Amino acid sequence: MKRLFLIFWLLATPVLAVEPQEMLSDPALEARAQALDHALRCVQCQSESIASSNAQWSADARKLVRELIVEGRSDDEVLDFFVARYGEFVLMRPKAEGANLVLWLAGPGLLILGAGIAVSYLRRRSAPEAPTALSAEEEKRLAELMGDKPT
Amino acid sequence: MRDRRAHPLGAPVRSGYFRPMIVEFGHFALLLAFLIAIVQSVVPLVGAHKGWRGWMAMAEPAATTQFLLLAYAFGALTYAFVTSDFSLRLVTLNSHTLKPMLYKVTGVWGNHEGSMLLWCAILALFGAMAAWFGGNLPPRLRARVIAVQGAVGVAFLAFLIFTSNPFLRLETPPFDGQDLNPLLQDPGLAFHPPFLYIGYVGLSISFSFAVAALIEGRVDAAWGRWVRPWTLLAWLNLTVGIALGSWWAYYELGWGGFWFWDPVENASFMPWLIAAALLHSAIVVEKREALKSWTILLAILAFGFSLIGAFIVRSGVLTSVHAFANDPDRGVWLLVITGIFMGGALTLFAARSGVMTARGVFQPVSREGALVMNNVLLAVSAFVVFVGTVWPLIAEIFFDTKMSVGPPFFDAAFTPFMVALAVILPVGAILPWKRGRLGRAMAPLWGVAALAIALGAFVWTMQTGRSILAPVGATLGAWLVFGALAELWTRGGRGDAASRVRRILRLPRADWGKAVAHAGFGITTFGVAALTAWTIEDIRVAQEGESWTVGNYEVTLRSVDQVEGPNYLSTMARIEVIDNGRSLGVLTPEKRVYPVAGMPTTEAAIDNGVTRDVYVVIGDPQDGGGWAVRTFIKPFANWIWAGAIIMAIGGILSLTDRRFRVAAGARKARAAAVPAE
Repeated sequence: MKRLFLIFWLLATPVLAVEPQEMLSDPALEARAQALDHALRCVQCQSESIASSNAQWSADARKLVRELIVEGRSDDEVLDFFVARYGEFVLMRPKAEGANLVLWLAGPGLLILGAGIAVSYLRRRSAPEAPTALSAEEEKRLAELMGDKPT
Repeated sequence: MRDRRAHPLGAPVRSGYFRPMIVEFGHFALLLAFLIAIVQSVVPLVGAHKGWRGWMAMAEPAATTQFLLLAYAFGALTYAFVTSDFSLRLVTLNSHTLKPMLYKVTGVWGNHEGSMLLWCAILALFGAMAAWFGGNLPPRLRARVIAVQGAVGVAFLAFLIFTSNPFLRLETPPFDGQDLNPLLQDPGLAFHPPFLYIGYVGLSISFSFAVAALIEGRVDAAWGRWVRPWTLLAWLNLTVGIALGSWWAYYELGWGGFWFWDPVENASFMPWLIAAALLHSAIVVEKREALKSWTILLAILAFGFSLIGAFIVRSGVLTSVHAFANDPDRGVWLLVITGIFMGGALTLFAARSGVMTARGVFQPVSREGALVMNNVLLAVSAFVVFVGTVWPLIAEIFFDTKMSVGPPFFDAAFTPFMVALAVILPVGAILPWKRGRLGRAMAPLWGVAALAIALGAFVWTMQTGRSILAPVGATLGAWLVFGALAELWTRGGRGDAASRVRRILRLPRADWGKAVAHAGFGITTFGVAALTAWTIEDIRVAQEGESWTVGNYEVTLRSVDQVEGPNYLSTMARIEVIDNGRSLGVLTPEKRVYPVAGMPTTEAAIDNGVTRDVYVVIGDPQDGGGWAVRTFIKPFANWIWAGAIIMAIGGILSLTDRRFRVAAGARKARAAAVPAE
């Protein structure tokens, strides 16, 4: 069922993405435009980039990306242009600043923590422990097991 | 109640007074199963606590009865779908008389209510299997495991009956149904949910084992041996389920993407990662009596992620308006279920983990040490996926900002952990238990490392600049595959090649399973890197009869025709692909419209190959005449899913190992349970 969610995007977006007439004739610029398409979210769809969405909004956004590129703006300037209009929501890759640092540092942070715990655990395990005496409960169970009553 | 003997259309029912009652009995069986589950969860638990054998013995018949009742209920619902009984609301919403029989059957789980019934039936099946095959367990532990499983069943059956009852009737049944979502009418997706559910729900039995062990206050090597085959069974089904879903996305969604990092996919991927960690740590418990509390924690968390997954998929919280089942009530129910089981289990864990003393002593450089690293990497990567998945929710609640976390984040944040895992895997797999020397362990691997790096360098020089991804993928893939082979080879011991091969062939199935699964991981790694780095894409307007070149292939749009299917209309293109003068035949991509559901779908046509897929999609007719046509060359695409299937085969090999068989397990378990005290 995990895909049902995906399926409902497609209710709105039956076929896919960049139409031939939208494409720029310069392959280098078009490649840049397609990379940007993947970095921008279709704000009307379910977490889908404008590269794969066929909603009208995405088609307009793709045209806008290409217009901005032809005007000579850099990739960052194009993204900033979209953020200024639609907020950070439009970025598929959250900026690593402010509260988002928690998101970006969650993995490395936990890795350091996990590695630390693992190292201290491995240290402890590598020191041979002195054999400990049986606890009272264990003694009792042992007596039970050694007794004539089969368990 | 309305008289069900009359057919909705007024025609008399053909045969049998009881036929319409089959479905009603199904409803009854469902309610009865709920009551039995309550008995199953309470009586054996009390019995185990008090030491009353009669009460403990209730576990087995209760688990079996609960499963049989739910199997009947599921059969009755299937019957309603197959016979198109539109007096059931669920059948009306999700079926149609013209739908092919296969999809009438798979439509049973192609919706929230039916899939939840399947979930409950599988939950009961695992409880019953613990009863049937658990003869080797100490009676107390078995009673507790089955009781905990019953308690999970109670929660989900209550959820099913009170919020999502599949057996609700319609006052006035319609003439025909509203059809199953056309995208679900596909063999890949039809069989994807059952595998996935066996995986998700199968992890419940590992959870039950963990909770039962905590109640018991005892975890020993025998526990590790018991819990591992169940986890293995769940994990390998999850692997197949995820692979089927990914394969379906590849050929059905029309542009050959195989993984989207959407919340619903992540919901299945997180339990997979944790289950993989659990599989490995349970080995340490079994062989070395260490990592006990960590393994218990993983068993709890693995099922916890399954529950969170169910919440994500069915609540609609993370997917907002268009989700599968965006009923807030259901979300709250699932959140409460998740909270009760995770909260309860983790509290029990906090109270009891102190009693689990480790016994095995080992050096950091050892198999145990490597498995600890494996666990750290898998657990952290699962956590990264989790944080990325829920971050939009957190950002909205706590920082009041709407945020998107898409594939670019996951690619950047998740991939390094998998790379690290792939780098250490062959070394860890070859290290001896207790104490190893890196230099000695590496001896048979230097050749493999050299080969892998040489292969990566070769790939690097062959491709024209661009991404480093493909060379790295090739290096890691070769390192994993040949590393697994090298490990098998060293297991053959000394002597001439013939006697080595003989010894290797006689190795336990678990050793073979390990090598095969690790090699499968390598194959998937290479496939993902190669496909991502080397896909060639061509998008153009083509007239009928026009030819063009993509990569080394000459592609011709021969014709575009209208075709009628059983329950759809299709625009079918005939596209010929020629590879160096040799025709690969005519591919027929389609655009279909399902009139009943009012929905179009794209059916890509793919020429499958070992080293590449040729993938063509027909788009819309253009204003100036001609059609939009997309052609992709997808190198090594099939390696991704082949690798996953090989991983699952490794799991099966390991599962059929002698020591997991019931009789052998029973002997060893009895022998092991006593000295472990």
